[in-house]
Amino acid sequence: MVNKSPKRKKIGALSIKNVTKIYDPSGVNVKAVDDCSMEIAGGEVCMIVGPSGCGKTTLLNAIAGFHSITEGSIHLDGELLCGPTKPKAEQSAERMVVFQHGALFPWKTLQENVAYGPTVQRVLSKNEAMDKAGQMLAEAGLGQFVKKYPGEVSSGMARRAEIVRALINNPKVLLLDEPYRAMDALTKQIMHESLLETYDRTGVTIFFITHDLEEAIFLGDKVHVVTTRPCQLKKTVEVKIPRPRSYATQSSEGFRKLLEEVNDAVHEEAVKAFQAGEREMA
Amino acid sequence: MTQSSTTQLDGNAKPEGFELFMLRMNKKFKSVDPYLTVAGIGLWLFAYWVLCEGLEIWRFNKLPGPVAISKDWFSTTPFQGISIFTQEYYDHIAVSCQRILFAFGLATGLGVPLGLFMGWSRSIRDYIFPIIETLRPIPILAWVPLSILLLPGFEGPVIFLATLASFFVTTLNAMLGVDSIDEEYFRAAGCLGSSRWDIFRHVVVPGALPFIFTGLQISIGVAWFSLVAAEMVSGDLGLGYLIVDAYMNNVTVPMVIAMITLGFIGYFSSACVRALGNKLMAWHVKELAQQGR
Repeated sequence: MVNKSPKRKKIGALSIKNVTKIYDPSGVNVKAVDDCSMEIAGGEVCMIVGPSGCGKTTLLNAIAGFHSITEGSIHLDGELLCGPTKPKAEQSAERMVVFQHGALFPWKTLQENVAYGPTVQRVLSKNEAMDKAGQMLAEAGLGQFVKKYPGEVSSGMARRAEIVRALINNPKVLLLDEPYRAMDALTKQIMHESLLETYDRTGVTIFFITHDLEEAIFLGDKVHVVTTRPCQLKKTVEVKIPRPRSYATQSSEGFRKLLEEVNDAVHEEAVKAFQAGEREMA
Repeated sequence: MTQSSTTQLDGNAKPEGFELFMLRMNKKFKSVDPYLTVAGIGLWLFAYWVLCEGLEIWRFNKLPGPVAISKDWFSTTPFQGISIFTQEYYDHIAVSCQRILFAFGLATGLGVPLGLFMGWSRSIRDYIFPIIETLRPIPILAWVPLSILLLPGFEGPVIFLATLASFFVTTLNAMLGVDSIDEEYFRAAGCLGSSRWDIFRHVVVPGALPFIFTGLQISIGVAWFSLVAAEMVSGDLGLGYLIVDAYMNNVTVPMVIAMITLGFIGYFSSACVRALGNKLMAWHVKELAQQGR
């Protein structure tokens, strides 16, 4: 909060209005997202929590431009990304995605991976991009691994490098789809600290999908609880824990209360999802 | 052993070059594997000898046994005309190798790009895939008359046949290689601001490489056996020709020598392709090593 310049804060406001997504409307006709609206201020950490397979990723994919929406509109800083006239947003480096299973190119070293964005966008020459990538990886504590391939480093390091690969493009929004899902609790803690540190430094808007309620409250400014499929906004919980945050806050009374509040909302949906026999998305 | 344990602890001083090679060899010869290989080869040779020369089992006694073959193979004055000291032997090998190099190069040069483009673009695939799938099952020997009609001389049809067989394998594997690439890499590349061409260069080509090299290893084998088939039908020189020629002239030893030579050269050529693949795909090798494979 302290380091954030006021100018940076305005960038990256996402406005999701009445978005509906129906897969294969003439065939199977699955409604993944139904009339979902959210406002995400620039520089906010927005956590999306909901049962498995509820359509959270669908929403993220629509923002990223991976697929179209059926109804509604999404704006970024007042600019139309997708809407009635333009069902599918263009993919762009202003909205960077960090994938659930990790999508660093296994055939490039960490440094080459990070340098890839600025090089193909022709923002920097190949050499400049490699220099900057090396520097940014070193800042993220990956200095000794720049020449390693993703298959040679731990999943935590790979994920951290993937976030660096996103940030080197100065995105307006960082879209994270359960990035720490497969990690053990201890690694997760380290990843949280590093993400918070990154956020405090850059103030980038973060759209973060998760199942982990403690993670949601610990990282987020707002926690949006969404319903089981079709995905709708159920409840928004504001997290007013001051930044920079540390792990000690997790044991505070305020944190417990928030956790309970979010848990109540999510539990109801989880039960509904379970009874509907939703298939767990592995 | 002490050396390997110290290198384990001290991450900065990893053995390299010759030292690493010796370390690996040392480890290898401490395991049972190399001795099994030697024992296996010995057992097969012994069985072969027993059948042909030891007991002279009915019909096997028509074949040259290991003793007869090695006597001729390593003789300066071979009884049946072919040995490691006759120029003719190397002429046949050289001709066949040249043809393989040409055919394999041609098949790879055409097949890899075509397969990649077919995997990359739906419309290219729609144009070409049905034709390839129709032509692919036609056995290579069925192409022999057509290739003789179409192409002049000995060289043309032989190379055409060897190329054709390996071309289909290479193309199909390159295409499946593109199919095997995880959708998320394409999405990530899109996010990062890649053009369609960037995606082709940085995602499609490297992502398909493991499949391509699996395909190339099969394809060089296929090239060898279609080459030999072609040389047997329409040839003037080459190992395939040598086999048929020896058979026609009722000299069985050169026939078997040519067969064994083919085996060794085939083995060596696959190993070369594999080594090249491992060199180009350091990332893949390291990834597999990390998984303990």
